Formats: sequence, structure tokens, C-alpha cells
Amino acid sequence: MWSWVAQRITGVLTFFFLFVHVLDTALVRVSPNAYDKVISLYKNPLVNVMELGLVGAILYHALNGLRVMLVDFWAGGVRYQRLMLWVIVAVWIVVMVPSAYFMLQYNVEKLFGSN
Amino acid sequence: MAGLPDLAPPGTPRRPAGRGNVERYAWWFMRLSGLALIVLVLGHLFIMTVLDGGVHRVNFAFVAGRWSSPFWRCWDLAMLWLAELHGTNGLRVVINDYARRDATRLWLTGLLYTSALLILALGTFVIFTFDPNLNAN
Repeated sequence: MWSWVAQRITGVLTFFFLFVHVLDTALVRVSPNAYDKVISLYKNPLVNVMELGLVGAILYHALNGLRVMLVDFWAGGVRYQRLMLWVIVAVWIVVMVPSAYFMLQYNVEKLFGSN
Repeated sequence: MAGLPDLAPPGTPRRPAGRGNVERYAWWFMRLSGLALIVLVLGHLFIMTVLDGGVHRVNFAFVAGRWSSPFWRCWDLAMLWLAELHGTNGLRVVINDYARRDATRLWLTGLLYTSALLILALGTFVIFTFDPNLNAN
């Protein structure tokens, strides 16, 4: 049941982000400077961390969606649904750790770097 | 059997007249679009936020470089339409689950469809009319 709750929350969150994201990208039609100014917001350390949260939410939604499809269409899906939940949690961690490294690297170096 | 009310046999599905198989198509659409979005969105996120400096290298020139290729324009257009429709249907289901009064549901769904129309129209317009030589200001 909690995997279903999380699927809803991550889905709704992503939908609202998509709304904002299409609006900010539409600025390329207004002027390059307007677009660059708004996109620089995404490079701010705090927003950077929120982006990591967004990527984590979307990745969970994708992996759990795959699991739901396996439960729907694969004969063994129902029997292995709990095991599959642990598998997607493991895959999520394996993907998120290096992603977090590469996504935060720039700001961590800028904030705490010696140079 | 005179005198008995005219009842449908037990187990007959109660289907509102005229709704057809909308919910079944929506169910299939969520799965098929979801499958496509796994490739489109995770690919997009990998390129935009992880690869080669991630979001720190994104600016107008970067977008111009990507949209000079029809391949990425098609990718973004497909992603826009599938994600917006997938999300709109998802929110429609969530609204139907939690909105208790008919009026609330009607207003929220109306707002949802209006926003979806706006985002689809605006996003499609931007992808088709993007001009890499636009004046800086």
C-alpha cells in the first residue's frame, strides 16, 4: 500500500514540476537573456538539492511503474511483488548514489572547495 | 414472470450510458505511455542533470545546439505530449478519488484540463517555432 501512496505523491509532484518546467523553457521564445536568468536558478545549491529530490522521485515512479506492469502482465508478478519492491529499492540506491555525486559535484566544489 | 421487476441478471456491469470503454483505454494508455516515458524521461534527466556537468552547462546556446537536430526536437515533442497526458490522466484519477462533492470535482477537473491544454499548446508552439538567432534581449 505504501508503494501505491508513494507512486501517487511522486506522480503529482512531477506533474506540478512539468507545469513549471514547460513555462521556464518557453522563455527561449522570449529572449536568450530571460531564459539564461531563470535557468541560473536551477544552478543554485538549494534548488540543486531539490532537483536531486525530483530525479529520485521520478526514478522511483518509473521503477515502481515497471513493477506495477509486471504485476499486471506477468503470471508470476503477484507472487513476487514484494521481492520486486526490494529489487527496485536496491536499483534506486545503486542509480541515485552516482547520480547524486555528479549532480551535486559542481556546487559542493564551489561551496567547500579549496580553490 | 408477470409482476416481477425488470432486473438485469446478477453480475451485470453497471456502466453509465455513453461512457464506453474510456476507463479501459485510459488504463492501457498509462501503461504504454509509461513504458515510453521511462526511456524518454530518464534519458532526458541523464543528459540534462547528470552527464558532463549536468544543469550547470544548460543555457540558451545549449538549447539551440540540441534543437538544431530534428531528432531531439522529436524526442522533446513526444516527451511533452506523453508526459502531459500521462500526468493529466493520473491527476484526473487522484481528483476522482478524493474530491467528495460533485462541484469540487468539476472545478478541479476543469482547472486540470485547462492547464493541460495551455502546457501542450505552449510547449508545442515553442518546439516548432524556436529561433536560435533570437535577439539577446
